[in-house]
Amino acid sequence: MVEFLDAAFLARVQFAFTISFHIVFPAFSIGLASYLAVLEGLWLWTGRDVFLRIFQYWIKIFAVVFGMGVVSGIVMSYQFGTNWSVFSDKTGPILGPLMGYEVLSAFFLEAGFLGVMLFGMNKVGKKLHFFATLMVALGTLFSAFWILSVNSWMQTPAGYGINEVGQFIPVDWWAAVFNPSFPYRLVHMVLAAYLTTAFVVGGVAAWHLLRDKTNQSARIMFSMAMWMAVIVAPIQIIAGDFHGLNTLEHQPAKIAAIEGHFETKKGAPLILFGLPSMQDEAVHYALEIPKLGSLILTHDLNGEIKGLKEWAPEDRPNVPIVFWSFRIMVGLGFLMAALGAWSFLRRMQNKLYETPLMLRFATWMAPSGFIALLAGWITTEVGRQPYTVYGLLRTSDSISPIDAPAVAISLLAFVVVYFAVFGVGVVYILRLMKRTPDTDIPDDYKSDGVPVRATSMFPVKKLSSHDQELAKASGGKTNGN
Amino acid sequence: MEIDLALIWSLLIAFAVLAYVLLDGFDLGIGILFPIFNKGSERDYAMNTIAPVWDGNETWLVLGGGGLFAVFPLAYSVVLPALYAPLTLMLLGLIFRGVAFEYRWRSKNSQGFWDLAFFGGSLAAAFCQGIALGALVQGIDVVDRAYAGGWWNWLTPFSLLTGVSVAVGYILLGSTWLILKTVGPVQEKAYRYAKPALFGLLGLIGLVSIWTPFLNPEFLARWFTMPQIIYTAPVPLLVLVTALVLLRGLREKNDAWPFFASLGLFVLTYVGLGISFFPYMVPPSLTIWQAAAPDVSLEFLLIGTAVLIPLILGYTAYAYWVFRGKVDPKEGYH
Repeated sequence: MVEFLDAAFLARVQFAFTISFHIVFPAFSIGLASYLAVLEGLWLWTGRDVFLRIFQYWIKIFAVVFGMGVVSGIVMSYQFGTNWSVFSDKTGPILGPLMGYEVLSAFFLEAGFLGVMLFGMNKVGKKLHFFATLMVALGTLFSAFWILSVNSWMQTPAGYGINEVGQFIPVDWWAAVFNPSFPYRLVHMVLAAYLTTAFVVGGVAAWHLLRDKTNQSARIMFSMAMWMAVIVAPIQIIAGDFHGLNTLEHQPAKIAAIEGHFETKKGAPLILFGLPSMQDEAVHYALEIPKLGSLILTHDLNGEIKGLKEWAPEDRPNVPIVFWSFRIMVGLGFLMAALGAWSFLRRMQNKLYETPLMLRFATWMAPSGFIALLAGWITTEVGRQPYTVYGLLRTSDSISPIDAPAVAISLLAFVVVYFAVFGVGVVYILRLMKRTPDTDIPDDYKSDGVPVRATSMFPVKKLSSHDQELAKASGGKTNGN
Repeated sequence: MEIDLALIWSLLIAFAVLAYVLLDGFDLGIGILFPIFNKGSERDYAMNTIAPVWDGNETWLVLGGGGLFAVFPLAYSVVLPALYAPLTLMLLGLIFRGVAFEYRWRSKNSQGFWDLAFFGGSLAAAFCQGIALGALVQGIDVVDRAYAGGWWNWLTPFSLLTGVSVAVGYILLGSTWLILKTVGPVQEKAYRYAKPALFGLLGLIGLVSIWTPFLNPEFLARWFTMPQIIYTAPVPLLVLVTALVLLRGLREKNDAWPFFASLGLFVLTYVGLGISFFPYMVPPSLTIWQAAAPDVSLEFLLIGTAVLIPLILGYTAYAYWVFRGKVDPKEGYH
């Protein structure tokens, strides 16, 4: 065991740990920011206050989620240098500018307008506030664009040359940014973020509907979420399939690991479940459907699928991890689509809010998006091993010249701090979700309902009737003082 | 004439770091000052002055780090391992500081804890930033494109001194920001703490300035030989003038001058550091040009930067404008 605990292994654990914690928050922020923009837009468009109340309900959760995403994200931007300095030196000329664009076009946009979005409703008026919300949502999408371009480049590098000191240097920026796997990965990830959020919103709404099926906000939240489930979940399955075919083209070893194929075969089966063993180079107790593997991947019953034995053992990814994480992701994806279909059926019968079994199912499915998202990222990242830049730069050659104890201590510190800080954050988020939507929010913050802060300036504008209504809905000023 | 992209970028990165120090400096300063304010409303008030802007302020740090990765990848991959411990501690500090902005409103029972986290996180981040600065000034060994020193090289009396200096400087920025943005008891306390912070900072600037030239003979040459001395001599003089302006602002209870004079002090000391540094990115090992990414990379990002930085400055200014003037102590959380 001890020989595994070298600096390279510890650095990998540290990266996996910090990025897994991090990715959950931006994924939720991407979805929530767009959802908030839709809600505010609907409020402005229809004038119905219920949309504002739902907006106020989720913006408090957004503030906490966004905060956790920011602080865990800063760690990422420095970890490339502290633990992966050789990788940083070699890929910096290409990946650095892409991340630079992420900071300039996304992070500043989000952060710059976040203050106005959270605290400025009474100051800038409805339209400008809506604009701020839109800019925050747009920022989260820009961020997804750039960071997925970076990740995709590491998976399917393109548009590069290599200079005399061994750095990857840009030759064709367009080819580098829009590298072969980027469009698929971007679509898959943004849809995943939207689905994740939809299932959280749907789950929270279902939980409240089980207590009071007449709650107007909860009904609207649930209805919107289930529309997302019925429409987006099937689209996501199709997008995932395209992404898989793209992976087969560029990273066939990853697909072989996902499928559990060790032998190259024509007419390969689809292995549903089994126990892959890298040592025996076989999947034990495999439950398989003949020829379906070839049909799905090559659209031909007798198509050839490359097995892992085509690659030297040291060039193969870890099969059991990839094999299982992929099945968890796909299984949850089908469960999401199933809930979507069920809700659609009940909606047609006008019983959307009156099916306790379905509401309970939706409540249980609330965290499904996060689990699927992490499982999907584990599949693609572990499947990329043993490379950081696929086929070109090995993970073991990417590490900082660093002592194992330094990595071990910082890893330990991150584990302790993350579990404590983000654990507490999750508790606070759950508490915010426990508040019944639509009810007057209590003005004492020792209870769960905390209004979004509104700092102000002199002179205070005279409140219009609209502003007073707004403040009331937010539980802020008027009942506060 | 060929455009010196590496030089332009070194100035842009320097600008990003300066923007970070100035903007998040007063945020962190308020965090360090947090214990002097009474629990509850005074602390709420102090925090509310920065709640809408702190996140944007911190983004400059991401630009500083991310930008270094983008345009000076070699410097990034050398400096970060060299500063492993202080940077990790800074990140952990920033985590506690950052989440405290939301968490302390979420539960009255644990508000005391998150107040402490806000203070401790701010202090740790400020101190570690100062240590990182000192470690960079005293020099980082590079062999074969990699950090070649030990894991504790950053820890010297000099880096500890710069750590304290930055923390004290942030206290000055934080207290003068509160003078600008608040009224009542919070402002009175800020007035009380600004003056010792100023004198402390001046003393520390003096110590660091005397010490720095002896770390590296090149620093000495850059400050005290002709004709450079013509450019360098005014810097200490301007520091003194700015300090006097600040002091007068504090005496006459002018709410705006102390803050802007504090910003001025930071800009001047920063320029002073720049004089010592130039043309090194990582003294004494890497110059700006050695550390720079290939021109194609610098060019690609510069095009977007030329458009985006003015936009960013524009909407950042707008956000400050929206929340301009004194913050009303009665508003916000009850």
